[in-house]
Amino acid sequence: MKSFRKNWREWLGAYIFIAPAMIGLFLFMVYPLIKGMYLSFYDVKLMDQTFIGLDNYVKLFNDKHFIQAMGNTAQYTLGIIVFGVPLSLLMAVFMNQKMTGITGFRLFYYLPVITSMIAVSMVWKGLFTADGLVNQIIGLVGIEPVNWLTDERYALMAIIIMSIWKGSGFNMLVFLGGLQTIPTSIYEAADVDGASPITKFFRITLPLLSPTIFFVSVTTIINSFQVFEQAQILTNGGPKGATSTIVLTIYENAFEAFQPGYASAQAVILFAILLSITILQFIVQKRWVYRIDE
Amino acid sequence: MMNNKITKILVYIILTIGAILTVLPLLWMVVTSFKSMEEVFTVPIQWIPKEFKFLNYTEVFAVMDFAQYYFNTIVVTISRICGLFLTATMAGYAFAKLRFPGRNFLFMLLLMTLMVPIHTIMYPAYQVISELGMINSYQGLIIPQMLGAFGGAFSIFLIKQGFESIPNELMEAAKVDGAGIFRTFFQVMLPQIKPVLASFFIFSFNSSWNDYIYPLIVVNDDNMKTLSLGLAGFTSMREGLTNYPLMMAAAVMTLLPVIILFVAAQKYFIESAVASGLKG
Repeated sequence: MKSFRKNWREWLGAYIFIAPAMIGLFLFMVYPLIKGMYLSFYDVKLMDQTFIGLDNYVKLFNDKHFIQAMGNTAQYTLGIIVFGVPLSLLMAVFMNQKMTGITGFRLFYYLPVITSMIAVSMVWKGLFTADGLVNQIIGLVGIEPVNWLTDERYALMAIIIMSIWKGSGFNMLVFLGGLQTIPTSIYEAADVDGASPITKFFRITLPLLSPTIFFVSVTTIINSFQVFEQAQILTNGGPKGATSTIVLTIYENAFEAFQPGYASAQAVILFAILLSITILQFIVQKRWVYRIDE
Repeated sequence: MMNNKITKILVYIILTIGAILTVLPLLWMVVTSFKSMEEVFTVPIQWIPKEFKFLNYTEVFAVMDFAQYYFNTIVVTISRICGLFLTATMAGYAFAKLRFPGRNFLFMLLLMTLMVPIHTIMYPAYQVISELGMINSYQGLIIPQMLGAFGGAFSIFLIKQGFESIPNELMEAAKVDGAGIFRTFFQVMLPQIKPVLASFFIFSFNSSWNDYIYPLIVVNDDNMKTLSLGLAGFTSMREGLTNYPLMMAAAVMTLLPVIILFVAAQKYFIESAVASGLKG
């Protein structure tokens, strides 16, 4: 009670300071999150909603379109992790050299990151046409032209390529930050021992950078699972559902097929996936930090 | 020594090829925006148009309500930034420097919303906006983001960290001088974190200007569309499916403000990126 009398002014001030953020947080994020979970147990119609238990979830696991969208999203994520992340790591290693004018390249590599996803999706739609620039460039090295956006074997790959172009600059920057924390004295010691650049990369850079690599991979997975805009603009999920993604399916069910209850169940699944990745990250990271401490 | 020189040249060559490949799509966009329709998909590609069709740029304003989209985007972006500036600096300050019951719990909750992307709450968020009667309105496009929803939590986090690096003595000195909590905040503490605020402005401008999903769910009236939404609508129309010069002219005009800002304030873009990379 004493502390209340002494501190109430500061407390009141603090609550006034955080009030706008807290109102926004609860009204537009916490409440919708709970509401979405609630709706996932209902069949929602324009005028009324009926409780149907787990029916939406049962339906979801028998829904070919949703399973396909899950598979596509997983493939997309895998593509970004396998090709995109190593590419940005490689770029960061090159950028980490002490050479004149090298920071100028940063400007170019980061440019796609700041652009509007919708605008550059329109650009890539043009690049991926039959006589487009992509086919002309791969033609230079003797690869046959491909119907990128209309052939179901290549459409997802096209979206992956574009997303790597758009996002690599960001990961590169994070890697560069990680590389700059590695003390140069370690490299100098290796130079004395006559280690080659490749040995240094695998024996020094990669192990010391592993926390950053881990972090970048986790955030990339989380972001990739939310892929939406590219798929909507470039192919709108087609051809034959080859590029439908989880979020695209949620959007279609909620706003085009008018099945918000069902869409909410899908959104809960997506949230559960993202949440488990984050929790896993915390667990692994904790162990990692301890191991370095020891 | 010789070996070292060759390595250096090799690094430059690789970086240059990478830079060219990165910029090529944007270059194609600019070149195409000046072409006639017949010239777009020639084999091999023409990097310099036969004649520059500047009229493509004025035609964009005729085939869609581009001026309205532009105006809406400017209004929405500026209002969101101004509102979020107050919300985020005040909350960040309180979480960093003031003591009050529930502080840790509420901050944890705030951090947890970073894990709730709008993708996972699209429909219920739409419902809330609808119940508040804010569908197809500036209020609907602005108020939630002003109050820190849908991404603002990150700004609060960034600003809290900025305030934590400012010594408490400054705050206490202001208190001794008889300044109240609001004056201490606005006149003494806020000016201390200018570099963080610069990153905040850049980051917020960029995410608001490029925002797509949120406007997509709360706007369907053409008059209220933002640039991203308007462009997406245009690409799905018959004209937009084929008329690449017009589409690219619209894309250039959409990207221009962000690119100009980026070139002018590169340092702060990079810093805001590094900061967001470190949030985990």
